Amino acid sequence: MIPQNQSKTGGVRVEVRGLRKRLGQEWVLKGIDLDIQPGECFVIMGPSGSGKTVLLKHLIGLEQPDQGEILLDGHRLVDSGIRDRYRMAMVFQSGALLNSLTVGENVGLYLREHRLKPEQEIARIVAEKLELVGLEGMEDRLPAELSGGMKKRVAIARALVMDPQLILYDEPTSELDPVVAVAVVQEIIRLRQRLSATTIIVTHDRDLAFGVAERMAILHHGEILAIGSPDEIRHHPEPTLQHFLTIDFSLKA
Amino acid sequence: MFQNIGEMLLLLGRTLMLAPHAWRERRKVAEQLFEIGNASLLMACILSLFIGGVLALQTGPNLAERGLQSIIGSIVGLSMCRELGPVMMAVLIAGRVGSAMAAEIGSMRVYQEIDALRTMNIDPLRYLVLPRLLAISIALPMLVVFAVLVGWIGGALVSVYNAQIAISFQGYLESLKESVDAMDIFNGLLKSLVFAVVVGAVSCHQGLATLGGPRGIGRSVTKAVVNSIVLILILDYFLTRLLLYIS
Repeated sequence: MIPQNQSKTGGVRVEVRGLRKRLGQEWVLKGIDLDIQPGECFVIMGPSGSGKTVLLKHLIGLEQPDQGEILLDGHRLVDSGIRDRYRMAMVFQSGALLNSLTVGENVGLYLREHRLKPEQEIARIVAEKLELVGLEGMEDRLPAELSGGMKKRVAIARALVMDPQLILYDEPTSELDPVVAVAVVQEIIRLRQRLSATTIIVTHDRDLAFGVAERMAILHHGEILAIGSPDEIRHHPEPTLQHFLTIDFSLKA
Repeated sequence: MFQNIGEMLLLLGRTLMLAPHAWRERRKVAEQLFEIGNASLLMACILSLFIGGVLALQTGPNLAERGLQSIIGSIVGLSMCRELGPVMMAVLIAGRVGSAMAAEIGSMRVYQEIDALRTMNIDPLRYLVLPRLLAISIALPMLVVFAVLVGWIGGALVSVYNAQIAISFQGYLESLKESVDAMDIFNGLLKSLVFAVVVGAVSCHQGLATLGGPRGIGRSVTKAVVNSIVLILILDYFLTRLLLYIS
C-alpha cells in the first residue's frame, strides 16, 4: 500500500518488465523490458501497428498487461493509491478534449474536479497555461472551433496544469503541418526543461524522434529491436531498423 | 442481454457506492435535470393528455351502455397513476433521454474522452454516471406526477364532452377521488423511481461499453433503448405483483 497524498517533484523512474499483451488471438506486445530514468526524454519509435500506442496505454494504466508489470519508482502501477502519489498526464493523438466543455473548462478540469484551487486561481492558471502554448484568450472557444494543431496544444496545456512527473505524448506531430509540428515539438522541449518531468514520446516521425530523444527504443511487431542513444540507433546494424530509418520517398525516375 | 444485466448491476452498485459524492456533483445533476425536463416535459404532457382521453373513450361508451359511466373517473384515475403514467413515461424517457445518454457517453468512449478522464484520475462513474443516474431518478417521478395529472384531465375532457359518455366534471372528479388514495400515488412513484434507475443504469452502461466508431455508438443507442423497455415491462409485472401483495 502506497501512502496517499505524498506528491513528489521532478521526474519518476519507469520500469517495464516482461510486458506481454494479447488483443484477440494476436500478441501485440511480446515481452517488453524498458528502464526509463527520472527526467529522461525517451522516445518509442516504430512503424504503424508495431504496438507503440498499446505500450503507452499500459504505461499510464489505461490497459492492463496479460503478463509482466510496470513500476514507477519501484511501485507497481496497479497498486492502490499510486495515482494519488504520482501525477501522470497523457497527450492523446487526437487531443481527446471533452467536446462538451470549453477550452478553459478542459484545461482547468483536473484542478476543478480534484478541488485543488479556488475558482479565481484556476482561471489564472488556465490563462497562464494557454498563453504558454500560444493560445491566450481562447478560454471560451469550444473544441469543435479549433484546428488539429490548436487542439493538440490545448491538450498539452491540460496536461501541464497537472504539473506532471510523468508525461506521455502519443504521436504529437501527426496530422500537423511542418510549421505547427515544429512549434509543438519546441513546446515539448521547453516544458521538459521547465518541469524536469520524465517524458515518453511515441512516434513514427523520425525527425521528431532524433530531434528530442535522449534515448530511444525501436519497436517492431511488439518486440524491441534496439534501444540506445540516437547515435547508437543511427548506427545500429539491424537491417529492419536501418530500412525503417533510411527509407524515403524516391518515386521519380 | 443477460450478460449485460450482470455488468449493468455491477455498474449500478459501484455508482451507488459513490453516492456520498452526490452533493459535490450537484451542478452537473442540475444541468442534467434541466436537459431531461427540457427534452421531455412537453412531450410527456401531450402523451398523457391523449392516453387519459383514449382510456375514457375506450371504456366510457361500454360502461354507459350498462349505466356504469359514473366509475370512469376511478378507471382513468387508477390506470394513470398505478400503471400507464409510470410505464409510458419510463418508455418515453428511455427513448428520449436514455438514447441521448448512451450516445453521449458512447461517443466520449470512442473519441478517448473517457480515457482522458482516467489519465487525470477522474472517475468516469463519478463524473458521468452518478449525475445522470441521480438526475433521471429525480426527474422521472416528477414527470410522472405531471403525466398523471394531465392524464386525468384528458380523461375528464373526453368523459364530459363525448356525447356517448357525457357525465359531469363533478361526477368524474367524485369517482376519481373515491378510488384513488395516497397509496396508489405512492405505487406509481415507486415504480417510476425503479424504472428511472433501470433506464439510467442501462443507458450509461451501454455508453461505457461502446466499441468501434459511429456504428458502435448506433448499436449502443439501440441496445440502451430496447434493453430499457424490455426490463421496464418485465419489472412492471413483478413490481405490480409485489405492490398488490403488500397492499
